[in-house]
Amino acid sequence: MTDNKKSSEEMKAELDDLNARLSAAREASKPKVASGYNEATTYGRATRLVAELIAGILVGVLLGWYLDQWLGTKPWLMILLIIIGAAAGILNVMRAAKQMVQGGSYNEEGK
Amino acid sequence: MAGPLEQFEIHSKVPIEVAGYDISITNSAISLAIALVILMVFMLGGMRKAALVPGRWQSSVEMCYEFIAKMLGDTAGHEAHQFFPFVFTLFMFILTANLMGMVPWLHLFTVTSHIAVTFALAFFIFIGVTILGFIKHGIGFLKFFVPGDAPLALLPLLVIIEIVSYLSRPISLSVRLFANMVAGHTMLQVFGGFVVSLAAAGGIFALGSVLPFAFIVALTGLELLVACLQAYVFAVLTCIYLNDALHMH
Repeated sequence: MTDNKKSSEEMKAELDDLNARLSAAREASKPKVASGYNEATTYGRATRLVAELIAGILVGVLLGWYLDQWLGTKPWLMILLIIIGAAAGILNVMRAAKQMVQGGSYNEEGK
Repeated sequence: MAGPLEQFEIHSKVPIEVAGYDISITNSAISLAIALVILMVFMLGGMRKAALVPGRWQSSVEMCYEFIAKMLGDTAGHEAHQFFPFVFTLFMFILTANLMGMVPWLHLFTVTSHIAVTFALAFFIFIGVTILGFIKHGIGFLKFFVPGDAPLALLPLLVIIEIVSYLSRPISLSVRLFANMVAGHTMLQVFGGFVVSLAAAGGIFALGSVLPFAFIVALTGLELLVACLQAYVFAVLTCIYLNDALHMH
């Protein structure tokens, strides 16, 4: 009986040891960067931000142009929509930058 | 000496006209078809045996699969896995088209250097994702355009800005890919022109042609990176848009 108990205690210690080693191994194999948005290189990030900004303004120009043609309000809607487009572009860039900071490795290094 | 932008010109190879519309088979169409064939041979050939222990070819196919599967899961969550075939096809197609343009001597046409192609891709993603959002959330998807913590007086303006920002998605997606491809290929051609004209000048100038040539070698490496990177960025952004439609932030 005592023998049995002792061996079960030994077993428990062994299992605990195994558990500790297993969790250490799992920890090690986890990716360093938090899962989520992570673009490969700085170049990718740069092109993304530039395109977001330009696209906002471009949409403003196109939308304003066609609305002006349609409603005959040349050039007022275009002027207004360029400003709104620029605002949307800046909003896009802010969102993209936020995603990069949240998903990228900045998050862990910055803390 | 061909001008640096001549490589992007579309020529009709087999002229066809149906009911007044010009639907000739162009160099662009041929390149699209070749990209499709290369892609199909690569994927089907790699999975032909489907061995438990993969060979080199099967391994590379599986690497592509796992890369995109992981990226999709990370950016758009588990729910988005039903869209895996779409994102995977998109990524592989753009990657093939981009890399095809990097093969020297064959003069394959880079289809992704045309905004018509990239915008068509981006526009269908945009439409599809919007429809998905409405299917998933019903009319509640419109809340996507209403920022949560805004003062009431500014709300109409902010909603307009949000809508313009949403509309800019297909443009930023397509312009980025197209601009990267055009810029890279134009730069290669320009420096190629320098090599030829310096070498033709003779004497001491001919020695100088080594410089732009070395630059071309470096640029080719960079362009290979850009080709892969832009395909990846395109796929990542598709995933982010899918995520927005599925989970509304």
